[in-house]
Amino acid sequence: MKNKGLNKVDLIFEKVDLKQVLTKAFKMSNDEIIQQVLESGLKGRGGAGFPTGLKWKYTAAEKEPEKYIVCNADEGEPGTFKDREILDRVSYKVYGGMAIASKAIGAKHGIVYLRGEYRFLLPQLMKELESFHKTIDEIGYNFRIRYCLGSGAYICGEESALFESIQGDRGEPRNKPPYPTTSGVFYKPTSINNVETLVTVMMIIKHGAEAYNQLGTKDSRGSKVFSVSGDTPTPGIFELELGMSVLQFVNEFGDGDTKAVQVGGASGFCVPRKKFTDTIIGFEGVPTGGSMKLFNSSRSMYNVLHNYLDFFAEESCGQCTPCRVGCQQLLKGVEKVKKGEAKSTYLNELVKLADTMKIASKCGLGQSVGNAFRTIVENFREEIIY
Amino acid sequence: MKKRKTMVNLNINDQFVSVPAGTTVLAAAQKLKINIPTLCNHPDLCVAGTCRVCVVEQRGARTLIASCATPVSEGMDIHTNTLKVRNARKHIVELLLTEHRSDCTKCYKNQKCELQALANEFAFGDTIFLDLVEDHSYSIDRSSPSFIKDDSKCIHCQRCVRTCAELQYISAIAVANKGAHQKISSFHDRPMSHVVCTNCGQCVNRCPTGALVEKTYIDQVWDAIYDPDKHVVVQTAPAVRVALGEDLGYDPGERVTGKMITALKQVGFDSVLDTDFSADLTIMEEGTELLTRLKKVLVEGDKKTRIPMFTSCSPGWIKFIEHKYPEYLPNLSTCKSPQQMFGALAKTYFAAKRKLDPSKIVSVSVMPCTAKKFEADRPEMRASGYKDIDFVLTTRELAVMIKQAGIDFRILKPSNYDSIMGDSTGAGVIFGATGGVMEAALRTAYEIVTGREVPFSNLNITPVRGMDGVKEASIKIEGCTEDWKFLEGVELKVAITHGLANANKMMRLVKQGKAPYHFVEVMACPGGCIGGGGQPIPTSMEIRENRMKAIYSEDEHMVLRKSHENPDVMTIYKEFLEKPNSHKSHELLHTHYIERDSY
Repeated sequence: MKNKGLNKVDLIFEKVDLKQVLTKAFKMSNDEIIQQVLESGLKGRGGAGFPTGLKWKYTAAEKEPEKYIVCNADEGEPGTFKDREILDRVSYKVYGGMAIASKAIGAKHGIVYLRGEYRFLLPQLMKELESFHKTIDEIGYNFRIRYCLGSGAYICGEESALFESIQGDRGEPRNKPPYPTTSGVFYKPTSINNVETLVTVMMIIKHGAEAYNQLGTKDSRGSKVFSVSGDTPTPGIFELELGMSVLQFVNEFGDGDTKAVQVGGASGFCVPRKKFTDTIIGFEGVPTGGSMKLFNSSRSMYNVLHNYLDFFAEESCGQCTPCRVGCQQLLKGVEKVKKGEAKSTYLNELVKLADTMKIASKCGLGQSVGNAFRTIVENFREEIIY
Repeated sequence: MKKRKTMVNLNINDQFVSVPAGTTVLAAAQKLKINIPTLCNHPDLCVAGTCRVCVVEQRGARTLIASCATPVSEGMDIHTNTLKVRNARKHIVELLLTEHRSDCTKCYKNQKCELQALANEFAFGDTIFLDLVEDHSYSIDRSSPSFIKDDSKCIHCQRCVRTCAELQYISAIAVANKGAHQKISSFHDRPMSHVVCTNCGQCVNRCPTGALVEKTYIDQVWDAIYDPDKHVVVQTAPAVRVALGEDLGYDPGERVTGKMITALKQVGFDSVLDTDFSADLTIMEEGTELLTRLKKVLVEGDKKTRIPMFTSCSPGWIKFIEHKYPEYLPNLSTCKSPQQMFGALAKTYFAAKRKLDPSKIVSVSVMPCTAKKFEADRPEMRASGYKDIDFVLTTRELAVMIKQAGIDFRILKPSNYDSIMGDSTGAGVIFGATGGVMEAALRTAYEIVTGREVPFSNLNITPVRGMDGVKEASIKIEGCTEDWKFLEGVELKVAITHGLANANKMMRLVKQGKAPYHFVEVMACPGGCIGGGGQPIPTSMEIRENRMKAIYSEDEHMVLRKSHENPDVMTIYKEFLEKPNSHKSHELLHTHYIERDSY
């Protein structure tokens, strides 16, 4: 299979003149901004991959005068730490992206929902926010951003649970529809975008959709910041063009003994060595919010799976049956199989359960528990049983 | 938002249906008489979409959708019974069962449990998944005298949480923790007896399983009945007679008063008496109290006397105001509830008349209410020198006793209440519905003051009736008799509210000085006592409306329809109490309230 190979890119952390980019953006009409973002093919960088331009288009179409742009900085997926780095190094670009979004959708208020564990960043972020507010005041654009801190629940990264949390309620996902573009935070039309998405928008406006389009593949345009961890000699943050195979990734970051890569964190997919060549990292293959965890042959995939299931059994909000009980069943089930207290064929029942969770859970959390479960059990069945 | 009646067209199981926009898929399916199982859904509550039992397949969608929580959209192609749906549904019910301590054969809710019914439909046979009950440290909270909260049977549907928040505006119970540790808990996980819970039992009435049930006193009552030394007196509340039938094979709204009396006699109660009697007595006491208050305020300009005066018959409401608005306790009528008036008289007046030793009397009441169990336990309720009411049974518990006694309720011949405190009027009966106390009070007070009947056709004061959350009415008082001249021309303003969320709205108005009323009736439960927490399960607006119709029909069928015409009431004033609000009345029939924590 021909693909683009592994190319390092420097867009996200590239220094830009905030005032210049914003001035350029504000000269465009709302529709022009949305059109640019649509043409860039940008999909949400948080993991779900919803087309950003479409999200903005829907929010812009709402008649309600009060709208919000929310930045999802509740980076909670195990193995991702790119948003922290982005906020630490180029928060002004995040604010800039929010301002552009606010123009596109017609919002006057922006909220950054910051992961509770990133509280230590706040003093610096606030300082930079102040200077950002000054800049937009100079441009003469009426827009304000405020911060809201999470309290440590993974589920609050789910958009509607995040809204509940901002509102001061228990962070539990809502029923959809209505979607956030119609009824988001404070039940007002809201566009909620990931930290990296917003920065990417800045760069699309700066360089134009066409230039951005050159990067990546048909289904996965552009570049993306990866959080590389696990058994790798070079852990850290890397911005790479989308469209490489897992093999190319492993050749760059692996330690020579990589047996599996968990793409997309606990809610993502496990790619075993035999599938490295044929698996593209991106929406045509395995999508990721950035988490790339490498495992070498010293690792027990049972332990990896157990760790993920333990995490989900703890971090499910607990409101819907498939997720609350399903996570506990998967966890207890693999424990029993491992100990020999349940037949190995019980794993088949558990895979069916994981499938039910995928189609019957209320939100993305419960729906994605099955990803890791299925891919690990299918590819490393013997490690789970023996 | 403009009101639009856009119709949406869709197919469910290849049948076409057109419904107004905003309708849920579930409701659209119901219109086609297609049954979709539900669990967390309840007609009185907001949509939760948490149990996922009602999932259906929407062709073209990535996942199944919760039909209770998904509004219809144009061109939907819904299938409710595909293999995918069946498998998911079976899994979901199986999962719920693994978290639920299934001691079904011993459970109070056996055969009345919605989870059990679903299991019977979808999950019979071998269990697929592992038992999780053993992994959790569940607690069973028996601290409330009214109900038991057994977390081991909780299926996390959150009906109780929504009931407490939406209908009652209390949130004594809420969701705590997450994931495997998620549970329905109280403030700081305190026992239910030590939080703002009003014991209204609305959650008990809506719990699909045995996680929330009333505390039963059935065995204690049987013990008393079979004790040859004891004289067991039973009183039945107005709302019981229009709902008891539901637990014994009748449709909602069937009046079973006569059969109920016969059944109580067959069960073995020594005296079968009527709470309606003390409801009428309450009107005499409370009406007089109101007129006295009005005189103090309007004529004497007494600053210490407070209006509006609030009714005090509903123990859930009493505990609510004690917790939430203690500064308004002086506005509460000092009258005890009819149950407690009855209790105080049973071991004094009744005992003397029947030449019984009050220490040998066991006083039982059958109530549509769980809060009454708490009320009977209040330390203030020992005016007779004994515990005025020994045991309170709910309507549901009485149905259980009738079944235990092997009585075929349907073939029973009706009979009448025993004498002495057994007479009642239509005014006493309508206490069971929201607005009833007000209507009964107006029928009597207006006549006392003017010497004429209330100026409403056939005594039916319709403005105070119905299911509106807050009802208002006013009557101009004209042509007063000599004693009540000070009320001449006064426009008596009253309001009625039911359900504590509505009561809370009323209290806010009162606080803001926007409630220009003289007299306000408050009932803790939606619809009043007919919708009480102790009434048969299930409940819905339709069921409550049917019970309400039955109550007013009961009233219409009575010869006497004004409290002051109740012969037993007239006798007791002549022989025992002298006159309303007398010293003796105050001793036995009036009480006081205490301030409680607001959390």
